[in-house]
Amino acid sequence: MEKVKKIREGDVRTATRVIRNLEDNIPEAKTTIKHIFPYTGKAHVIGVTGSPGAGKSTLIDSIIASYREKGKTVGVLLVDPTSPFTGGAILGDRIRLQRHTEDPGVFVRSLATRGALGGLSKAVGDAIHVLDVMGKDVVIVETVGTGQQEVEIINHAHTVIVVLIPGMGDEIQAIKAGIMEIADVFIINKADREGTGKLYRDIMMMLDMAGFSKNDWRPPILRVESIFVPETFKEKVKEVSETIQRHYDYLLERGLLGNRVRRKTLHELNEALRACILEPILNRLVADGELERMADRCLKKETDPYSCAEEVAARCLKDPAA
Amino acid sequence: MVDRKLRVMVAKPGLDGHDRGARVLSRCFRDAGFEVIYTGCHQTPEQIATSAIQEDVDLVGLSCLSGAHRYLFPRVVEILKEKGADDITVICGGIIPDQDFKGLYDAGLKAIFTPGTTLDSILDWIRTNVKPR
Repeated sequence: MEKVKKIREGDVRTATRVIRNLEDNIPEAKTTIKHIFPYTGKAHVIGVTGSPGAGKSTLIDSIIASYREKGKTVGVLLVDPTSPFTGGAILGDRIRLQRHTEDPGVFVRSLATRGALGGLSKAVGDAIHVLDVMGKDVVIVETVGTGQQEVEIINHAHTVIVVLIPGMGDEIQAIKAGIMEIADVFIINKADREGTGKLYRDIMMMLDMAGFSKNDWRPPILRVESIFVPETFKEKVKEVSETIQRHYDYLLERGLLGNRVRRKTLHELNEALRACILEPILNRLVADGELERMADRCLKKETDPYSCAEEVAARCLKDPAA
Repeated sequence: MVDRKLRVMVAKPGLDGHDRGARVLSRCFRDAGFEVIYTGCHQTPEQIATSAIQEDVDLVGLSCLSGAHRYLFPRVVEILKEKGADDITVICGGIIPDQDFKGLYDAGLKAIFTPGTTLDSILDWIRTNVKPR
């Protein structure tokens, strides 16, 4: 297939168009993914997540620079939210990365969430495959500005970086479930600000409670101070890059990378099954108005959502329990 | 279900930090349901063209209020052409004197919007002339 060849040669126009077709749900894009799938699995996938304004894009800009110094090629996917009202989006993360635009070793693509709730867009998983097959050594994925629950990045990244800033809440925030559990590396950004010491202690305490044994990877906590002091900032970014590499080496040495890859595959299977089985049925129910009629019957208490679902399953699936 | 969205880039080439207009337009495009990539100020034509290609946009809107539009705008069109991406529509706006219009149109700019243009008329133009590719 011509497209596969072009993607493997790193052709930007083909790659970005395939990503767009994935976003727009053009069936042909799935065919392309089927064909490139055998070539996936070479890039180190790094996820960067954290609250809006924490400094994710700016950190990514510096991380890209440090990989480029080592001669590694980088692909970047930046996710920003879609308006729930108009379906439009402003994709503004790219602003921070513009100095890399003319570097042919860096490919940056922005994606809108299109209603996905986990902090990413549905197309991200496959877009990572595309960048991987383009031959990028490293693929960096920036999530939307996250709250507590947007943890889908763990289904896609080998190394997850959680970027925090001081002054966002008390110590209970640090022991809550969700985003604080998914970090392989913590970064306290803007660490020249008040509250850094306390945030550091809170994360430390949370990690102490997690009961890591001696040989486990205990997520390091790195402090990155103001970007306006270039000397120290550059030094800290170097530390960040080294830590990311150390985590990747750890995964490789321990044979743990396979677990992460398997997690992504299971997630993809889940999504594909949903798209293949559930969505066509749902689309049909919506198109012929049956979904609304079922809702009417439920509202009149003639039936209930579970019974409706069982009726549909009995009709549409040969053997619902199979 | 297939959902083709219009992707638009709003960009400010050259040494011009007056981006209120560009931001208002970005917001207007967002509200029209487009996916808008904003590059920020002080971009070179090369950066804009390369970004437009990487982002697979259908339309680039250039804004310049500094007076350097006669070089900067055509240059973006030219680079897109060099890179085989002349299927991307380029329009522009800013402080542009009437006598410069012909030169810009000849260079391949598809529309020019000057101060006082309503947001609706820009949206109308886009909806009529640009289809998601």
